[in-house]
Amino acid sequence: MTDGPDLSPPRLSLHVPEPAVRPGGQPDFSNVKIPNAGSVPRPAVDVSPEDIRDLAFSIIRVLNRDGEAVGPWAGLLTDAELLEGLRNMLKLRAFDARMLMAQRQGKTSFYMQHLGEEAVSCAFRKALEKGDMNFPTYRQAGLLIADGYPMVEMMNQIFSNEADPLHGRQLPVMYSSREHGFFTISGNLSTQYVQAVGWAMASAIRNDSRIAAAWIGDGSTAESDFHSALVFASTYKAPVILNIVNNQWAISTFQGIARGGAGTFAARGLGFGIPSLRVDGNDYLAVHAVAKWAAERARRNLGPTLIEYVTYRVGAHSTSDDPSAYRPKTESEAWPLGDPVLRLKKHLILRGVWSEERHVQAEAEILDEVLEAQREAESHGTLHSGGKPSVRDIFEGVYADMPPHVRRQRQKAGY
Amino acid sequence: MARMTMIEAVRSAMDVSMERDETVVVFGEDVGYFGGVFRCTQGLQAKYGKTRCFDTPISESGIVGAAIGMAAYGLKPCVEIQFADYMYPAYDQITQEAARIRYRSAGDFTCPMVIRMPTGGGIFGGQTHSQSPEALFTHVCGLKVVVPSNPYDAKGLLISAIEDPDPVIFLEPKRLYNGPFDGHHERPVTPWSKHELGDVPDGHFTIPIGKAEIRRPGEAVTVIAYGTMVHVALAAVEETGIDAEVIDLRSLLPLDLDTIAQSVRKTGRCVVVHEATLTSGYGAEVAALIQEHCFYSLESPVLRVTGWDTPYPHAQEWDYFPGPARVGRALQDVMEG
Ligand SMILES: Cc1ncc(C[n+]2csc(CCOP(=O)(O)OP(=O)(O)O)c2C)c(N)n1
Ligand SMILES: [Mg+2]
Repeated sequence: MTDGPDLSPPRLSLHVPEPAVRPGGQPDFSNVKIPNAGSVPRPAVDVSPEDIRDLAFSIIRVLNRDGEAVGPWAGLLTDAELLEGLRNMLKLRAFDARMLMAQRQGKTSFYMQHLGEEAVSCAFRKALEKGDMNFPTYRQAGLLIADGYPMVEMMNQIFSNEADPLHGRQLPVMYSSREHGFFTISGNLSTQYVQAVGWAMASAIRNDSRIAAAWIGDGSTAESDFHSALVFASTYKAPVILNIVNNQWAISTFQGIARGGAGTFAARGLGFGIPSLRVDGNDYLAVHAVAKWAAERARRNLGPTLIEYVTYRVGAHSTSDDPSAYRPKTESEAWPLGDPVLRLKKHLILRGVWSEERHVQAEAEILDEVLEAQREAESHGTLHSGGKPSVRDIFEGVYADMPPHVRRQRQKAGY
Repeated sequence: MARMTMIEAVRSAMDVSMERDETVVVFGEDVGYFGGVFRCTQGLQAKYGKTRCFDTPISESGIVGAAIGMAAYGLKPCVEIQFADYMYPAYDQITQEAARIRYRSAGDFTCPMVIRMPTGGGIFGGQTHSQSPEALFTHVCGLKVVVPSNPYDAKGLLISAIEDPDPVIFLEPKRLYNGPFDGHHERPVTPWSKHELGDVPDGHFTIPIGKAEIRRPGEAVTVIAYGTMVHVALAAVEETGIDAEVIDLRSLLPLDLDTIAQSVRKTGRCVVVHEATLTSGYGAEVAALIQEHCFYSLESPVLRVTGWDTPYPHAQEWDYFPGPARVGRALQDVMEG
């Protein structure tokens, strides 16, 4: 036989994932499969993880196209609570817009916004209790806003002024507030995911009733600390909610690079035996309902839950970024899950508790509130003018008691 | 010759290396399509394809670990860590693995690779975009550590690093990317296009790793610096009018002890300058070597000017940064000492 089977090994080639489109292309989200609102079941909180594997590949949604709240995850929030949710999202959006402007005016060095992702942190906060602890990333300021943390304090931090609660030490938006269940933010990605698990373990060790929430972006799930967190949470059944905010992008890198072949980020939890759910991150009601489900599991000592919020980063990664270099300019308009503010507004109008006029009026009131806070914050200074934190603050707080060598250096600096 | 910024020089070094040697691969976070957050790899994916220049998941341990595997196979990875402040997840791979593969396998396996990372402050980056971790690498046996202070050196040293048979940590002072920043943050920085060291050959050339360069000859005192601090030291010398000899180390490991010792024996005085924190910093190593090798020539104690022993603050950046005033004061002190 002359033409027998070819025994030479096949040639290998490297697979490098690519997003569906690049700048200049037509935005295309046809690969994002979106189930109908109300179509995903709501299991009992003590369900066995094997029985809900498909929830890691679906999307839990409550608000339908017409603005109705439908299905088994609906009905948890009163109209008053929903109106407050809308206000919180509007506040976060107005706050972001003003702080972006302040950055352009040189009042701060840097800013990171939430545009399109407001529902995730605003609704989540309402599923927790006082005393619970979030380990947030830089894109969850809604946790503070929704908990009533004063905007002026946030601005003082952003402006690094004399009233900055963090004494000018931290990059803008890296807030910290124990009182509001908001752990000090690290600039190093994913490190805090496993710390949240440790906090939750501590609560269990002390037979406490408080729970923790870990936060991470799609891109950062690639870090080892993410996987350490999952194994610790799984082994010790820690009372923690493991949140992944999949806003489709990690600076210029599309989510497919971090996700690899897994299909979804929620699927990461399955191998660890952690109940894992995917939720419409632009649906205030769905975010709240799923978070509430996970919080109840944690509080009943049933262990961790992993939640992937499917959303979209409408704005630039930060004020140092220009997304037009790596994704089509109109991509956010094509995003199929819409705008979280508009969707909740539509729902409330449909319920007869809100109107276009009241919305416009609320926006104006909120802008006034933000401007008032900004005026007060600016009276304490901005990054390059007015009141500043002291040079002493460089040296304080490295240790509880200042060691002699740091004291010598402080004196050398003239303070 | 072309006028290049330090970003362009770094890019050109990778371009020339990838062109000459198809085993050179470049990867890191945002490095492929976008070309890096500082744009150092811009155009390389378009030119060499996405299997030679690509985006990675956000996992520094993954980036370096994978690079070690590729190096073991026979490739020459030149990887980017987005900021030096983010290298810590990779520290295990760098120090326990890359640095020791040759030694522990008796040369059976080697690890020719480059890990590039932007370092230093001056951009209001706060504690996680400003660090200078060079001493954490020079303390590790098996690594080479290089810090260029200008586009010309950056290109020649990076090509040498890529061609080196051992792992090289290549620290890029980010505040120098666009010009020779001398610490006078209130003035606009002169662009590299107006500086003679912004003149960089287009093609292949190398600068040997381990050779310091005297940036300003002088008789009164030796100033030892690297990276951004070279330009700060030059400014301080000019402003104090002290006839100092300014040495740009360029390579911290291996170190050009001959150039240092020769200079200190001549001047009898020495100030070591770095932006990193003082305690157990690289300046301690230099000072120790000087007392070992130049003790009988010293007329005053060796002084160090460095960042304070605290995390890098955001708002008080310029009170932290060891600028020309602080260096100038040390020059005066060492002259009186
Ligand atoms: C350890 C570490 N590596 C790299 C970075 C630089 N960096 C900051 S944000 C970011 C992208 C994160 O993307 P993602 O996790 O999706 O969060 P998103 O910004 O989309 O909310 C990168 C690479 C960092 N801060 N820390
Ligand atoms: Mg993201």
